[in-house]
Amino acid sequence: MNVAEADGLPLFAASKKVYPQSVSGPFRRAKWTILILCLGIYYLLPFLRWDRGAHLPNQAVLADIAHNRFYFFFIEIWPQEVYYFTGLLILAAFILFLMNAIAGRLWCGYLCPQTVWTDLFLAVERAFEGDRRERMKRDEAPWTTGTLLRKTGKHVVWLTIAWWTGGAWVLYFADAPTLVHQLATFTAPLSAYVWIAILTFTTYALAGVMREQVCKFMCPWPRIQAALTDDDALNVTYRYDRGEPRVSVKQAQRLRDQGAPAGDCIDCHQCVAVCPTGIDIRDGAQLDCIQCGLCIDACDNVMAKIGRPDRLIGYDTEDNVQRRLAGEKTIYRPIRARTLIYTTLIMLVGGAMLYQLATRRTAEISVLHDRAPLFVKLSDGSIRNAYAVRLLNKRPEARPFALTVAGIPGIRIEAIGAQATADLRPIVTVEADTSREVRVLVTVPPDAHLDASQSITFTASDLFVGEIVRAQDHFIAP
Amino acid sequence: MDQTHKGDHEVDHVTGTATTGHEWDGIRELNTPLPRWWLNIFYATIIWSFGYWIVYPAWPLISTTTKGVIGYATRLDVETDLSALRAFRATQTQGLAEASLEQIKADPSLFRIAMAQGKAAFGDNCAACHGVGGAGSKGYPNLNDDDWLWGGSLAAIQTTLQHGIRVATDSETRVSPMPAFGRDGILKRDEINAVANHVRVLAGLPTEPKADLAKGRALFEQNCAACHGPAGKGNQEVGAPNLTDAITLYGMDMASLTETITNSRGGVMPAWGARLDATTIKALTVYVHSLGGGQ
Repeated sequence: MNVAEADGLPLFAASKKVYPQSVSGPFRRAKWTILILCLGIYYLLPFLRWDRGAHLPNQAVLADIAHNRFYFFFIEIWPQEVYYFTGLLILAAFILFLMNAIAGRLWCGYLCPQTVWTDLFLAVERAFEGDRRERMKRDEAPWTTGTLLRKTGKHVVWLTIAWWTGGAWVLYFADAPTLVHQLATFTAPLSAYVWIAILTFTTYALAGVMREQVCKFMCPWPRIQAALTDDDALNVTYRYDRGEPRVSVKQAQRLRDQGAPAGDCIDCHQCVAVCPTGIDIRDGAQLDCIQCGLCIDACDNVMAKIGRPDRLIGYDTEDNVQRRLAGEKTIYRPIRARTLIYTTLIMLVGGAMLYQLATRRTAEISVLHDRAPLFVKLSDGSIRNAYAVRLLNKRPEARPFALTVAGIPGIRIEAIGAQATADLRPIVTVEADTSREVRVLVTVPPDAHLDASQSITFTASDLFVGEIVRAQDHFIAP
Repeated sequence: MDQTHKGDHEVDHVTGTATTGHEWDGIRELNTPLPRWWLNIFYATIIWSFGYWIVYPAWPLISTTTKGVIGYATRLDVETDLSALRAFRATQTQGLAEASLEQIKADPSLFRIAMAQGKAAFGDNCAACHGVGGAGSKGYPNLNDDDWLWGGSLAAIQTTLQHGIRVATDSETRVSPMPAFGRDGILKRDEINAVANHVRVLAGLPTEPKADLAKGRALFEQNCAACHGPAGKGNQEVGAPNLTDAITLYGMDMASLTETITNSRGGVMPAWGARLDATTIKALTVYVHSLGGGQ
């Protein structure tokens, strides 16, 4: 039998509803700023235009699933270049690790969409139902028309925000102004409505109903970051060296007058009242703490009122609290092996991606040898091989490519349906941002001494910007 | 009721839940019912299924099934898709039907459609003899090379496809009977041998040591030059092959030449105009012309 059960403790605790209180202070202001910035970018970015010429969409950020293209400002990605996203994910992971090594759960506390939308939904809840005390009272009291109206109003606004969230999401996958018009006239594709419905539901459920439960029970990051942290990472810490023993303001005054030790914590529970996950930071570092810094603001406000120095709760390390208790000097080491390694990795991966982007080819060539027949003998005894040559043009204008082939003396090339230059190079024009396959015939004169198979090189040269791409293949003979 | 029993069943004192009343080797099982919400959804799905019985085809009868009130059938879905496909293909082939062969060849989008349709039609109709990719074999011309019996221009290929070769039922078919010089008694055995050796001279191939080349040359000019030309260069007007180039349909060794001259040859190709529509013939023409030998 389980020990806890034997002690009469239940293994299951029903979740207690959290009623976070409003608070003001620098951390709250920073959170509002980040919220406005993040949501502003999310909701408005699809409407930003970016001129790419006549043939391509002019939306700055667009995942054009129908045409297999992803646009991000000056970057355009084809499906075969999806490894850029892999790089982006690796980069994101290392940046998360670095943030964690420097100051704990910066992501969770300030940047995570769950935190940002929950913050917004809490603000709406406060606007309709009042602050912590009012909400608790109303929830305990029997239902009244007023309560019903307030709660209905809250849910309506929540659903509107959630719907707008889903609405913004689909705008990243089609021309935003066109889609907005289609949505308004109920002529948008069904998938747009389905996605809006899905994201409306998830936003409403995650940010409105589940809130801190997502961070506590659903999200893997708290567990991962707990394994990643070390003794030098700053975390939101209750400085118990200063706070303990907890006594009232008056008794603290009396103790201090007598020269006896007295803590700064007056046990006012403001840090608990403002906490969005409903924990007590004074219990020490814990998985449920998203480190949003709101308890720092709450405590600083109290300290200011009772005339004690601020940052009884602040970004610090457990080791430093211990050092202060032992009368030693505190040590802060933001630059240490792990932060240096993460920074190096970020620069390496980021640098590699930038290099890839900067040297990205805007043309590609691929060659496929005909399987049947492998070769053909012509009436003058020449040997001919046929190939399917595919040329990719990733530039926003049509480009003519001159095809040449090398590897065997006297080798000639022609392309079906293509004009040739004066020096007999076939010119294949590929339309803007597309690819074109041409049937290419390569002929070797009868006097060439051929093996069963020899390597040849195809070259496509852009006649305008001079970009050159090459592909290897084989020439088959009897 | 006391604390240790609920109805007939013993209550587990730790959880406060009744047991099922069974016991297996001293192990008893808690009677934990399904959550109410789960059961309700389960019952709701059962009720929901009645709607399906009415709305969709559901019950098998002896020779048919119940049809459902909205008239849904998977077969109808297939037919809708197929008619949409036919309509799409009609728009695609509309352009082919209206354009000339030269226009199709010059227009990249029409050309792409013609090549796709031509490749499919070639696989269905032509590949049996000419091989996949038109590589041919003995007696069946390779369509990739530059040697043509009846001409390699777009118009010539279209005519050949339309009317076939040596098709008795088509009045415009390609026809050119080569005499069976041996079988019909026109030439004797030694004369045939001399002509065969002369053909090898024309093709630049070694001859037999004791061959009478002068006799062979004279006999060739009398009997063969009318169609194949005095130098053996052939004539596409009558489908007479060029005997001097590197390409041969039936072989240029002495045995094959003797066989050809003695019994003649006469490959037959169907007149596809009788089987395929004009647009498909056009697409096939463009496809064959683009295999490599088009002139």
